[in-house]
Amino acid sequence: MTDSSHAAKTPIEMPPVPETPDIAAGRLSPEEYKENFSDLLPALDRRRAIIEADRCYFCYDAPCIEACPTGIDIPSFIHKISTDNVKGAATDILTANIMGGACARVCPVEELCEDACVRNTQNSQPVKIGRLQRYAVDGLMQRDDKQIFTRKEPTGKKIAVIGAGPAGMSCAHRLATLGHNVVVFDAKTKAGGLNEYGIAAYKLPDDFAQKEIDYILSIGGIEMRYEHALGEKIKLEELRRDFDAVFVGTGLSGVNKLGLDGEDLKGVENAVDYIAALRQAKDLSKLPVGRKIVVIGGGNTAIDIAIQTKRLGAEDVTLVYRRGEDDMNATWHEQELAQNNGVVIKHWAQPKRLIGWNGHVRQIEFEYTQLDGSGKLTGTGDTFTLLVDTVFKAIGQHFVPSPVQEGGRDLLTITPKGKIAVNEDRQTSLDNVWAGGDCIEGQDLTVAAVEDGKRAAIAIDRALSA
Amino acid sequence: MADLSSNFVGIKSPNPFWLASAPPTDKEYNVVRAFEAGWGGVVWKTLGEDPPVVNVSSRYGAMHYSGQKIAGFNNIELITDRPLDVNLKEIERVKKNWPDRAMVVSLMVPCEEESWEKILRRVETTGCDGIELNFGCPHGMSERGMGSAVGQVPEYIQMVTEWCKKHTKIPTLVKLTPNITNILLPARAAVNGGADGVSLINTINSITAVNLDIMAPEPVVNGKGAHGGYCGPAVKPIALNMVGEIARDPECKNIPISGIGGVETWRDAAEFIALGAGTVQVCTAAMHYGFKIVEDMVDGLNNWMDEKGYHSIDDFRGAASKNFVDWGQLDMNYDIKALINQDLCIKCGLCHIACEDTSHQAITAERVDGQRKYTVIDEECVGCNLCMHVCPVEDCITMEEVQHDKPYMTWLEDPRNPANKKTA
Ligand SMILES: Cc1cc2nc3c(=O)[nH]c(=O)nc-3n(C[C@H](O)[C@H](O)[C@H](O)COP(=O)(O)OP(=O)(O)OC[C@H]3O[C@@H](n4cnc5c(N)ncnc54)[C@H](O)[C@@H]3O)c2cc1C
Ligand SMILES: Cc1cc2nc3c(=O)[nH]c(=O)nc-3n(C[C@H](O)[C@H](O)[C@H](O)COP(=O)(O)O)c2cc1C
Ligand code: SF4
Ligand code: SF4
Ligand code: SF4
Repeated sequence: MTDSSHAAKTPIEMPPVPETPDIAAGRLSPEEYKENFSDLLPALDRRRAIIEADRCYFCYDAPCIEACPTGIDIPSFIHKISTDNVKGAATDILTANIMGGACARVCPVEELCEDACVRNTQNSQPVKIGRLQRYAVDGLMQRDDKQIFTRKEPTGKKIAVIGAGPAGMSCAHRLATLGHNVVVFDAKTKAGGLNEYGIAAYKLPDDFAQKEIDYILSIGGIEMRYEHALGEKIKLEELRRDFDAVFVGTGLSGVNKLGLDGEDLKGVENAVDYIAALRQAKDLSKLPVGRKIVVIGGGNTAIDIAIQTKRLGAEDVTLVYRRGEDDMNATWHEQELAQNNGVVIKHWAQPKRLIGWNGHVRQIEFEYTQLDGSGKLTGTGDTFTLLVDTVFKAIGQHFVPSPVQEGGRDLLTITPKGKIAVNEDRQTSLDNVWAGGDCIEGQDLTVAAVEDGKRAAIAIDRALSA
Repeated sequence: MADLSSNFVGIKSPNPFWLASAPPTDKEYNVVRAFEAGWGGVVWKTLGEDPPVVNVSSRYGAMHYSGQKIAGFNNIELITDRPLDVNLKEIERVKKNWPDRAMVVSLMVPCEEESWEKILRRVETTGCDGIELNFGCPHGMSERGMGSAVGQVPEYIQMVTEWCKKHTKIPTLVKLTPNITNILLPARAAVNGGADGVSLINTINSITAVNLDIMAPEPVVNGKGAHGGYCGPAVKPIALNMVGEIARDPECKNIPISGIGGVETWRDAAEFIALGAGTVQVCTAAMHYGFKIVEDMVDGLNNWMDEKGYHSIDDFRGAASKNFVDWGQLDMNYDIKALINQDLCIKCGLCHIACEDTSHQAITAERVDGQRKYTVIDEECVGCNLCMHVCPVEDCITMEEVQHDKPYMTWLEDPRNPANKKTA
């Protein structure tokens, strides 16, 4: 057993715990790293794409269009694929959704367009809209004439976009096509937002996010200023003064805490931070990963960290969620993917205690949960304990309002849920400030962020040309 | 178990499924494999005079549709490119080894009596069951005054048929070309020439596609293309009509018909037979899938006949012929309306947009409690069937007969017919 110098209490029921956590890099062969982090789904070749496209009925008033947050004319682009008009198909997609390439790879289609496909109702698979979308956009990107956008006459207007994530870049691109000049400010050194730092590596391999940004910027009229954080180097009030309009798309920079003792032990990490490190790693074999991992949370971030650590060679990855399967934010498709990757999902348990040795977490105690008579989640009193090398927190992120505050006062209205309040046009309470993406209410999805940016751009254009 | 055996112009075969004169019947090797697979008979690939023809390289074009391969097929091949001797020896051997199968030999020689007489004499020695005069091939051979060049001139058909009947006792089939405006004229010529039967259709003049990079018709032969002969599933409707027209034409005097064109399944075959064919011939389907498809043709036809209580092919041969009438014979009082089964409907909206954009604005598109709903307006529906055909869900749209007590009334009897007004 361990000696008395260990900080936290030792649970009596546990067998001996190795003193040092097993966190190591290079658990896999180079081939395994390559395979585990290459494309989740291979691209469709031309013949398979055409066969799949022919499955589409070309519906009138198609339900899939309505289910796409960016309203892509799905039957139209799929029909164009079936006639080998790949450029036309990609044009349909990108004019509605400039990040159609990323969305084709990251959208939870099983809850969006493909869920609405009429093909589902015939005991049949939906048309694989996402994969066809990827086929079309990838096809365009391989062409010399891939620039399908032209800029309108210069308007002389200048707009500041804060945050180079999907919301900001979508807004910037649309504004640029409408003839405005745009300056994009981002706190980081690269554009793309969570496409670059957050989305699971196997969904956007091969530096896809940066290629997409390059395409967006190739329209011209968009100036990028990195390492310009709002609230630090730049201030909202100054931007409002110096620009004709401002768009805020800074996403969610706060990570929710468990609120447990021992949360600052080494080995208790934010899932998003580790994913960011993974996404930026030049060589995955240099990235240390624990042997026994516990993930706390029930959303896609939880699923993503679980799968990716498993694919980095972790031996046991257990995802623990305090409610049932159907309550999870992660789609059934994501849950299935996790299970297929060997992740163990435990429902109805919440973390109670983090237990460490030498300042590093080694055990985590959970209490089983249930719904009481009034439907409220309560602990049952029964507990279990897991050995861990690393605990990942993935219980959500929140908007940090300080950059849009001055002197501790909100410059614009914040909703009760703690996000920036906007109207239909994504206009905030300030008449020359618009906002979109994860920092406003609505679904936290790439595609929703793209739509916000697009709508805001159209509204800004309307406001500026009025 | 129904009896599928066939006696067609005296040629017996265990089933009515023959392979048409084409590559599948070009050699002993293929034909033996076909007989092993269960084909009832073959029409040997067309023989001609020596020296044999020479074919080009790149020979077939195809029409693929909606991800489905070979909806239509086209070729620019000529008749057999093997010496006459070799073919005749093989025919003789195969017939000897497979006495129960139909062995018909297709022929094409220049339009001179002497040429026909000469080849007939040689073919007779093989012991074959019949000959088929290829007046159909629409490409290549027609440029040399044979094939459809003969088939398009009824007088030539009659003349050559007469020569053949004069020089041989073997049953003689005349294979007709569809590249003509009225199929009855060549068919009647064959009847008048004394043919024992007709077979149709041969292939249709066609260009399956234009290669937009090379700017030439497919199949491209070193930068150029020629028209070819079209066949396969796409031609079945044309073939059915031609077979049906001959079967119901009094001047064709019930001449036995071997139906050809797009036969791929037992059902296709049953349709040809129902319109009057005695046997069917198959080419493209075999070239697409191999000989094994005959198993289902035999089996499927058998099961269907059992189900319907038909004991032999003759029991239903021509059964649909009496119902194949001119438009003027149709009942003007018959009235049907489309009916959508809302439980089956998947809300694709195709019926609505088809009727709305291109027909009678008889299907409404609504949102009921946020759900899409498509309904037929009976007063506007003319019963055209368009929506039923576009609906992707089987049996979702049915055409329901409107009950009334009006009599069967043809256009000739219809008071709306201007001719009737004048006399009234
Ligand atoms: C781990 C993870 C996985 C996900 N997987 C998926 C998925 O598979 N599919 C999907 O559809 N969605 C997924 N999402 C959600 C999706 O990534 C977001 O909804 C989307 O990126 C939101 O876009 P955004 O532009 O609003 O914000 P972000 O992408 O977060 O971009 C915000 C940008 O603003 C910058 N910024 C932040 N603060 C400041 C500041 N003060 N000053 C200047 N710049 C600032 C940031 O550096 C960043 O570039 C995932 C999210 C996470 C965390
Ligand atoms: C490659 C090819 C070669 C053909 N050669 C001949 C021929 O030599 N003689 C002939 O009478 N018909 C020939 N035909 C026509 C077929 O016998 C048949 O009439 C036609 O293909 C229609 O039948 P299908 O739809 O089953 O293919 C040929 C057809 C094809 C595809
Ligand atoms: S709902 Fe399905 S079938 Fe209909 S248009 Fe959309 S993808 Fe095609
Ligand atoms: S049958 Fe014709 S007219 Fe009637 S609803 Fe259908 S498409 Fe319209
Ligand atoms: S075509 Fe058929 S499935 Fe589609 S809306 Fe009409 S009735 Fe429904």
